[in-house]
Amino acid sequence: MYPDDRRYTREHEWAKRENGRVRVGITAFAADRLSDVVFIELPQVGAEVRAMEPFGVVESVKAASDLYAPVSGRVVEVNRALVDTPELINQDPYGAAWMIVVEPSDSSAWEQLLTAEAYARLVGAEGA
Amino acid sequence: MRMDNVPLIFEYSVPGRVAVALSDPGVPEVPLEAIVGAEHLRREPAALPEVSEPDLVRHYTRLSQRNYAVDVGFYPLGSCTMKYNPKVNEDAARLPGFARLHPNAPRELAQGALQLLWELDRMFCEISGMDRVTFQPAAGAHGELTALMMIRAYHEDRGEQRTRVIVPDSAHGTNPASAAMCGYTVVTVPSDARGNIDRAALRRAADGSVAALMLTNPNTLGLFEEHVVEVAEIIHGCGALMYLDGANFNAVLGITRPGDQGFDVMHLNVHKTFSTPHGGGGPGAGPVALKQMLEPYLPTPTVERDGDGFRLDDERPKTIGRVRAFVGNFGVLVRAYAYLRTFGPLLRQTSEAAVLNANYLLQRLRPYFDLPYDRTCMHEFVLSGRRQKTQYGVRTLDIAKRLLDYGYHAPTIYFPLIVDEAIMIEPTETESRQTLDAFADALIRIAEECETDPETVRTAPHRTVVTRLDEVAAARNPNLRWRPPTKAGVTR
Repeated sequence: MYPDDRRYTREHEWAKRENGRVRVGITAFAADRLSDVVFIELPQVGAEVRAMEPFGVVESVKAASDLYAPVSGRVVEVNRALVDTPELINQDPYGAAWMIVVEPSDSSAWEQLLTAEAYARLVGAEGA
Repeated sequence: MRMDNVPLIFEYSVPGRVAVALSDPGVPEVPLEAIVGAEHLRREPAALPEVSEPDLVRHYTRLSQRNYAVDVGFYPLGSCTMKYNPKVNEDAARLPGFARLHPNAPRELAQGALQLLWELDRMFCEISGMDRVTFQPAAGAHGELTALMMIRAYHEDRGEQRTRVIVPDSAHGTNPASAAMCGYTVVTVPSDARGNIDRAALRRAADGSVAALMLTNPNTLGLFEEHVVEVAEIIHGCGALMYLDGANFNAVLGITRPGDQGFDVMHLNVHKTFSTPHGGGGPGAGPVALKQMLEPYLPTPTVERDGDGFRLDDERPKTIGRVRAFVGNFGVLVRAYAYLRTFGPLLRQTSEAAVLNANYLLQRLRPYFDLPYDRTCMHEFVLSGRRQKTQYGVRTLDIAKRLLDYGYHAPTIYFPLIVDEAIMIEPTETESRQTLDAFADALIRIAEECETDPETVRTAPHRTVVTRLDEVAAARNPNLRWRPPTKAGVTR
């Protein structure tokens, strides 16, 4: 149910390794909980992010939530298209709605992330 | 006229039309340029509406008649304590000695007002277990910021640079916002299965970098923090201070005092707890009550007793300074004073009735909705519409909209964030059993409609002057400004 080509945080971000870099977005579960996303605030290219610290904010008609970086490192790409079309987060959370790409500064944080199976168990527990 | 399409006041405008024609005052006219300088004057006059007095009065009266208010009906908005505000408060605030007093009047002519503030300080301290009060903050969140500024001054005065503020995940959104605005890094601590703050996580977070814990008690689940004394020990143990968000103070008046639970500073929402009107953007007040160790940092001026009279004290070298003009929004404080002089001895009964009303409603509604944190509640409780969402595809937002069809203001929804599809209900002590029953009947009927006729709920409201608004489009493409039509008659 959750793509197993990537890992997950307890705060509902996904992280996908691509040639040593890490692409980041939020899960379908998070997008569903938020309902219609209306606003997103993302960092600039070059910004430093730290594992499990906020790198941005996503806002829906229900709530505003921090976005947590799955790994530490430098932001090398930002999906500016999301700023004008935040609805992509509800439509295609694992694809077009990626948020940032991070050049990790160390690899230790990756091992702390949840597998798809562990994440499914987590949200299963939250949803029960 | 169709009520669902009231024109804006601008659209009544006719060039040259005026509401009042003032007679010649007999004072020589001085050109504006001579007073403020031509460079500060706009070149074209502002496009203000030009309307007659009847147009003006009718327009705003009509709008006011479409407003839903506590004086119109039951308003179970959780966390907001929408109690009925006794009209005697309004009488007191309108007494000319209060209403017409100039804020710059010499203190000899303002002794009554200063005495009122002093006595209100004493009453708030007696109720909260604190030592002093500042009345300057204009609302609850302003009180939070003011308190955090005093906390910062306190630590800095002791030569300590503390950078973090701990906030539970059930907190009001204003708590982390105030801490961030004051320059602190916010650390979120989760709740445990009973809805209390997770003490193990709190212990891990509590170290010498923490300036304060911001806690709401009862918390936003409507549950009393069962280990508040131990929490205070953990926080004080690392040299940090305990801040109480007083939003839910209405549950414990005359029963327990934050000062006795270990809190060092708190704000009071007089518009929730002490029956002053809820702003609508108007003047509010969020007084901050604090223990002795924070007194040196109080905003100035403070009201002090001076022999038989009262004075304003500006000579406080460690003050954080002024946070609001004069002594705050005085008229609101007169209303709170009137409430306390009327109901002071009955405060305990007030809170007991608020808690009883909430538990009565909870018992009537619990068979029909999920209750993720299943405990005896305080003055409010949080249901979940998860059952309705998963089984019938009806969201909590739809249920809230359907309540409008039954003539009620909707409860708070989707807050606190830790409850999925949250429905947060606070009946307050001023509602009768008949009102509570009628509201419960309506909500139970809606729960049945979710099963038998979900489409009606999903598309509600149907009986209101305005039906379902497109909140998503409004948030994504806000249209906030009226623009005059162009010469061709087309709106720009």
